[in-house]
Amino acid sequence: MISWNQWLPLLVIASSLISGGVIFVLDEKRKLARTVLNLGGAVLKVILVGLMLWGVSRGELYEVHFPLTDGLEFALHASPFSLFFVTLSAGLWLLTTIYAIGYFEDSPHLDRFFGFFSFCVCATTGIALAANLFTFVVFYEILTLTTYPLVVHSGKESALRGGRIYLIYTIVGGAVVMLAAVWLQTIVGSFEFTERGVMADVSPEQYGQLRWIFALLIAGFGVKAAMVPLHGWLPNAMVAPAPVSALLHAVAVVKAGAFGIVRVVYDVYGLEFCRQISVTTPLAIAASITIVYGSMRAIYQDDLKRRLAFSTISQVSYIVLGTAVVGPMATTGGIVHLVHQGIMKITLFFAAGNLATTLGVSKVSEMDGVGRRMPWTMTAFSVAALGMIGMPPTAGFVTKWYLGHGALETGQDWVVGVLVISTVLNAMYFLPIIYVAWFKPPKGAWAKERSAGQLETRWSLLMPPVVTGLLTVLVGLFANMPLSPLDWAKFIVDLEYGQ
Amino acid sequence: MSLEAVFLGLIVLPLLGGCLAFLSRPLALPANLVVAVGQLICAFELARTVMAQGPLSYKVGGWDAPLGVNLYADGLTAMMLVMVAVVGGTIVLYTAGAMRSIKDDTYDQQLFWPINLLLLASLNALFLSGDIFNLYVTLELLTLSAVALIGLVGTVDALTAALRYLLVAISASLLYLLGVALLYSIYGTVDWHLLGDQIQVDQVKGDQASLLAIALIVSGLLLKTAVFPLHFWLPPAHSSAPTAASALLSALVLKASFYIILRLWFSVFPYAEFQNAGTLLTTLGVAAILWGSLQAINQTQLKAMVAYSTVAQVGYLFLVFSLASDAAVAWDAWSATVLFAVSHAVGKAAVFLAAGSLQYATGSKQIDSLAGIAREQPVTVLAFATAGVVLIGLPPSGAFVAKWLLLQSAIASGQWPLAAVILTGGVLAAIYVFRVLSLSLLRCEPRESCEPRETRPVPRLMQYATLGLAIVAITLGMMASPMMELLKVDAPFSANPFSADPVSVSTFREVAP
Amino acid sequence: MTYVTMYALTGTVLIGVGLFGTTTCSHLLRKIIGLNVMGAGTFLVLIALARRTTDPLPDPVPHAMVLTGIVVAVSASALALALLRRYYRETGRTDLKPTLQKPRIARKDSHES
Repeated sequence: MISWNQWLPLLVIASSLISGGVIFVLDEKRKLARTVLNLGGAVLKVILVGLMLWGVSRGELYEVHFPLTDGLEFALHASPFSLFFVTLSAGLWLLTTIYAIGYFEDSPHLDRFFGFFSFCVCATTGIALAANLFTFVVFYEILTLTTYPLVVHSGKESALRGGRIYLIYTIVGGAVVMLAAVWLQTIVGSFEFTERGVMADVSPEQYGQLRWIFALLIAGFGVKAAMVPLHGWLPNAMVAPAPVSALLHAVAVVKAGAFGIVRVVYDVYGLEFCRQISVTTPLAIAASITIVYGSMRAIYQDDLKRRLAFSTISQVSYIVLGTAVVGPMATTGGIVHLVHQGIMKITLFFAAGNLATTLGVSKVSEMDGVGRRMPWTMTAFSVAALGMIGMPPTAGFVTKWYLGHGALETGQDWVVGVLVISTVLNAMYFLPIIYVAWFKPPKGAWAKERSAGQLETRWSLLMPPVVTGLLTVLVGLFANMPLSPLDWAKFIVDLEYGQ
Repeated sequence: MSLEAVFLGLIVLPLLGGCLAFLSRPLALPANLVVAVGQLICAFELARTVMAQGPLSYKVGGWDAPLGVNLYADGLTAMMLVMVAVVGGTIVLYTAGAMRSIKDDTYDQQLFWPINLLLLASLNALFLSGDIFNLYVTLELLTLSAVALIGLVGTVDALTAALRYLLVAISASLLYLLGVALLYSIYGTVDWHLLGDQIQVDQVKGDQASLLAIALIVSGLLLKTAVFPLHFWLPPAHSSAPTAASALLSALVLKASFYIILRLWFSVFPYAEFQNAGTLLTTLGVAAILWGSLQAINQTQLKAMVAYSTVAQVGYLFLVFSLASDAAVAWDAWSATVLFAVSHAVGKAAVFLAAGSLQYATGSKQIDSLAGIAREQPVTVLAFATAGVVLIGLPPSGAFVAKWLLLQSAIASGQWPLAAVILTGGVLAAIYVFRVLSLSLLRCEPRESCEPRETRPVPRLMQYATLGLAIVAITLGMMASPMMELLKVDAPFSANPFSADPVSVSTFREVAP
Repeated sequence: MTYVTMYALTGTVLIGVGLFGTTTCSHLLRKIIGLNVMGAGTFLVLIALARRTTDPLPDPVPHAMVLTGIVVAVSASALALALLRRYYRETGRTDLKPTLQKPRIARKDSHES
């Protein structure tokens, strides 16, 4: 018999697996039933995750193991760090589901869309809860497969091309991760993710191999985390519908990559060991290059979603940077950015989607005066953009503060330079948007305006960005309150540094 | 249920059913359904018994060797039989759906039923054979029924493919038979257990005759397994046969001759002496993976693409001959190979069935005609995608677990080129699978830019039988644990918890571990 | 040379001839006959092998095998001949032409012609 503590992680995954499966079976025309299933699954997941959070903070242990062969085990484990990511996905997923229901309304093939949408959450929570590298790879590959139909959802030539590029990158990246994972297993045997790593027993002769494996793992996960030069798929995947872009950028795909890198550094190699085989500095440099490169490219994009895409490339590497700058403050900054970037970026994409569906505006050059037509949407957008720049008291400020402090604390002053450059570049590509949106008069009639009664657009499209915009400010303002993302991140860091 | 009943249910029942189906048209479909259900029950029952009691043997008619026919079942046998029952049963359902709604006057469709049962009977008998001569007989029966299935449609392509396959297969069988004769003349037995013991004792005596015999046997079987470069007959045969036959051939018939190689190589031949030969076989496998995948990418017809994919996937099965030379990883490599074979059987059958449905819906063999087909045939495309994932070897399919273990064996034994090939094969498979999927999701804007086309509705039973099989295929990886436990029964490498002597049915009792 | 060796040698020669015929002749009937010659050779070898011990009585097992083998060979030949007849009726040909479809380039050619 398996007990409740073993059931719970399985249920968290199953809640979206089952709703996804039923949506596939359901007749496409049964819109109400589908909506109920979508929201029901998402709400149930939030509740289950809430239960698990409550349990873990009281010291409960949630884990389940299924041996597959003598050496391989399918294992889930709710560690504080997994929960951090699970909570982010479950919460933002609920909002994205609401948004997607409003966004698509009556377009065709919604059974396919929402089915894969649910499977995709399932994969993301699986990645978060995976207790060993094998289980991680299983869900990591499933994520690739389930996001592909979402990226190509429109079925247009351009979407298929974007999907093809996405697949080439992620399938090859997945193969590299698999190679590295298997190789690692032949050296250290089968292992579970453990705070401070599993490298206690390796002999110095193996350091060379372990460096190679580290490089392969980072390269493999770097594909999804869109680290330069492996970022090529991300701007091309912008052909996807807005809810999908929001999800790819804020929660699922890029975060899965970043989460993988953090897992490798902390829970497989261990920070101490990483420093011993001196792989952290190259990682920090790679992250810095990505941060600066992404921001530079973002400045020159006229397409709003592409600009946001390059911004994502840049912002996700803050997480990697925080990981690679070895020191409790920087680590806190990196981990907390996992949530902060998610909330801010999803707000931006929701807003961009609203502009496109309501006004037909998809380019920065068409955005003159949109703030007057859609004040709520643009307020949320502006707050999130200021957060990205790092303006106090938003979430982005907290991240940059901790990263900068952490870098100074460990004597890596150059990192502060990277942060300053990046902040300036962030301002250069976000402030003009805010300026034209609020202070310029509209150029004329909108490309294709749709009226939605009293509100500026449908409530289901308006509510999610407003909520996440509000959250951007709240998590910054109340960063030091118990159970805030920062508080939880500090808890994780204490475990990692063994304090 | 008594064990005789299980053995007889797997061989005699399909044989009788086949005769009945041939004599009486109205009873053909019921006979197939009864056999499908019966062999499913029997196969699972056998697997359960083997798990509980260890390997079993049964002397048909009470006659002992050398003249009697000895049946034998261990974990590997049981696994193969379950595979046949699951895949064969689904194909029966699919064909029942196809024939009820689709009338094709160009040939006598009803002839499929008796031949199908004969094919299943010979497959079951082959896996249960305890001696190498019976393996020859069952292999021939299998070949003859397979040829009949290919030629059933009567088109020029199918007849050509059937004739070529027949000529190749008969030559191969004769080579095998010659090898068997030589082995018998040296060791005086055809029972592969006794033969294995004898050969181990004699260490081949440095004997040229034994080596020649082994070479003849293996080359005959390689020809039948269509390993590169002996695969030339496979793509036309598998792509021009009726869909159900293609699925049976690619999924099951190829596995039969591979099973014999695997069985003889590791349980009978002194494989440790044959390291160079093992490396050669693996090299052929590597070439098959690369060449087959590239050819599959290059095809313009759907079923030809799937057939070339079989050529590639068969290559994976041959990696074990080099990997198992390192005793530390031999069990991993061997069990992964069997898992891969089962996974491929289920997955490839589903892919072929889906391909057949799509070909029926569009009325065209070309891949290009599938543009946008996901709109009209969502279930079939989903089934194709799901089973396609198995071909790529992504989780949670059995092929993924198998590839993981193979990769682990390759790395642990330092055979890096094989590790590279395993991964490359997966990426190449992704290219040809997603090429079809991507095309099927295409939506033409504006609508007029598409060529107008009519698609026929595909019967529901065909759609859902395929999808069901595809789902089994993709979840197989999560069921690896019981499969591995079953394989451990009398496997050549694992620590064997049972005594070496098989339990005789007539005295059947539990053997103390 | 005992007659056992003679049997075995003849068998081997026949196998060689049969294999040669099956692989080199293009006429399908010749191929089928080649297979039968090869089969006959194999059976001869088997018969010779029945004398493998010093026992004055020959070993019955190879004989049983030969009987089974002949049955199999006959049915295979029958099937091959039936297929060939049908093939000849459909195409008027007596040899196999490659049906393997060529890669894209070749297909383009056939479109143009």
